[in-house]
Amino acid sequence: MSKRFKSLLTPIIAVLLGIIVGTIIMVVSGYNPVTAFTALWNGSFGDIYYIGEVVRQFTPYILAGLAVAFAFRVGLFNIGVEGQFLVGWLAAVWVGVAFDLPRIIHLPLAVLAAMVAGALWAFIPGLLKARFRVHEVIVTIMMNYVALHVSNYIIKNIITDNKDKTDLVKESATLRSDWLQSITDYSRLHWGIVIAIIGCFVMWFLLERTTRGFELRSVGFNQHAAHYAGMNVNKNIILSMVIAGGFAGLAGAMEGLGTFGYATVKGGFTGVGFDGIAVALLGGNTSLGVFFSAILFGALKVGALNMPLEAGVPNELVDIIIALIVFFVASSYIIRVFLDRISKKEVK
Amino acid sequence: MSLMEILMIVVPSTLLWAAPLVFTALGGIFSERSGVVNIGLEGLMVVGAFSAIVFNLTFVETFGSWTPWIAILVAMVAGAIFSILHAVAAITFRADHTVSGVAINLLSTGLTLFLVKLIYDKGETNIISKGFSKVDIPLLKDIPIIGKIFFQNTYWTSFLAIVVAIIVWYIVFKTPFGLRLRSVGEHPMAADTMGINVTKMRYLGVIISGAFGGIGGAVYAQSITSNFSHSTISGQGFMAMAAMIFGKWHPLGAMGAAIFFGFAQSISIIGSSLPFLKEIPSVYLLIAPYVLTIIALTGFIGRADAPKASGTHYIKGSR
Repeated sequence: MSKRFKSLLTPIIAVLLGIIVGTIIMVVSGYNPVTAFTALWNGSFGDIYYIGEVVRQFTPYILAGLAVAFAFRVGLFNIGVEGQFLVGWLAAVWVGVAFDLPRIIHLPLAVLAAMVAGALWAFIPGLLKARFRVHEVIVTIMMNYVALHVSNYIIKNIITDNKDKTDLVKESATLRSDWLQSITDYSRLHWGIVIAIIGCFVMWFLLERTTRGFELRSVGFNQHAAHYAGMNVNKNIILSMVIAGGFAGLAGAMEGLGTFGYATVKGGFTGVGFDGIAVALLGGNTSLGVFFSAILFGALKVGALNMPLEAGVPNELVDIIIALIVFFVASSYIIRVFLDRISKKEVK
Repeated sequence: MSLMEILMIVVPSTLLWAAPLVFTALGGIFSERSGVVNIGLEGLMVVGAFSAIVFNLTFVETFGSWTPWIAILVAMVAGAIFSILHAVAAITFRADHTVSGVAINLLSTGLTLFLVKLIYDKGETNIISKGFSKVDIPLLKDIPIIGKIFFQNTYWTSFLAIVVAIIVWYIVFKTPFGLRLRSVGEHPMAADTMGINVTKMRYLGVIISGAFGGIGGAVYAQSITSNFSHSTISGQGFMAMAAMIFGKWHPLGAMGAAIFFGFAQSISIIGSSLPFLKEIPSVYLLIAPYVLTIIALTGFIGRADAPKASGTHYIKGSR
């Protein structure tokens, strides 16, 4: 087995293992897995409405996945996507409700605001990592909670007058499209998918086709070697966090300007940021991989909502399967050992 | 409102909120001191809260007023068993500790809510009838002034947490087991050379952390929320991790930090009924634990350094 084939096979095995364990859980708890998976399929691809919803769901997943993957390629674990996502969402909606501008300026401005907000939020852990060698995992986790409470405060006390929900963003700043909604039987599909696909392309181009990308990847492979070769490691660390935060902020704009069109006070996290970790890991931290694994997770999430209706299975089953997939991808070492054993036997 | 009255409200409420954080932070210390990063503490608390509430609801008739205490033991076992997953992934399967911790968090919420729907056929459990309730500690409550502030209208679990923190400090710093645990987290190869089984020590560290996380979740659910739903544990595990770091991976430090964070949490809730505190927007109190942790890590108030080998895999024979 070639190395390339193996690295492609590992995530597929992880997904299969996740589904198998999920099936076992269903059988043990007395549900019928066949009806459950049929309901899952029907709920994600059975109808044009559901397809629209799946696309709507995986749009922020792509960007959240890119936010994790980009930092990962530079050797950083951006677990703060959730926080960057929340500030991006807030900034987009804020610009969306506060100004009256022609669409050609207003929409890009709102999207840009989300990107900048996310980037700034990620700049802090990047700076602390570069300047003080503070581990980015802990700082970004803490920043998530700061983002949650601060954005709740701003929504409640600054944007609105003690309300839990902002107004809808102005018509000139929305990503929604009547045409897209009408061709998908009035799902919440919006133009954000275009931005997400551009995001994938930008990440690929930046990392694989520019000098800066080469530096970023070098830092990811070996900081000391990169430093020895005359690259500015600290600058690249900060830059990677800022770009990753920008992707995460854009993911927030997808929800703020597209799916919902407003921002609400939240009791807890949305989970998009953490699902982004799953997306990036399964996608092997490449932009194409992220794209496909976002489709898988988006379909799972949307299809899950149909499971209680059609098969009587709690939709949390899909969360279990996603967690198991993360678990198995993380344990890919053991899958590789297993694959090595098989391929050795074949040689004999 | 006199100062005395304010203290009589603030102190018990601080200790109430601090207790689950103390237990869970102590768990985090066992895991991290052995060299395994455990951001799955949140998930372990979820598992603890879930199993305690389910046990409490099911067996309250049988055990009466002892139910919450037995439920803590059940949650302890459940947390320990659940944490084995993290141990297997992070130690044996050489998974990235952080990723495996994320998986634990995702899995715990998914699994417990799935089970709640399976058992009760709705999104959250009923409210338990016998949780931890306010007590006056015998004898100590009669001490003038101090008795009124610290030992009246308070909870047994808060004092248990403080006692356990002292015991943990003794175990980690004064016993051979503690020395082995710490050595495995600082320099596993040296420990291995001296005949310490690195894998076994790390497994123990993670499983003990699971037990403590379970206790933390059980205490939180049975004294604060009284039922189990998707929002029962919302960030307490991460806050406990923050307390552990802010306390510089030291049991007593973590306890102090947890009490301080408990103070911040309780003030953000009861602050509006107190003079001069209601002027401060609660958002400052809500974010205080997290901001302080970041500042502590940055080194402005004495640098906090993790155990040297934390987050790394020990592979026998590699250098």
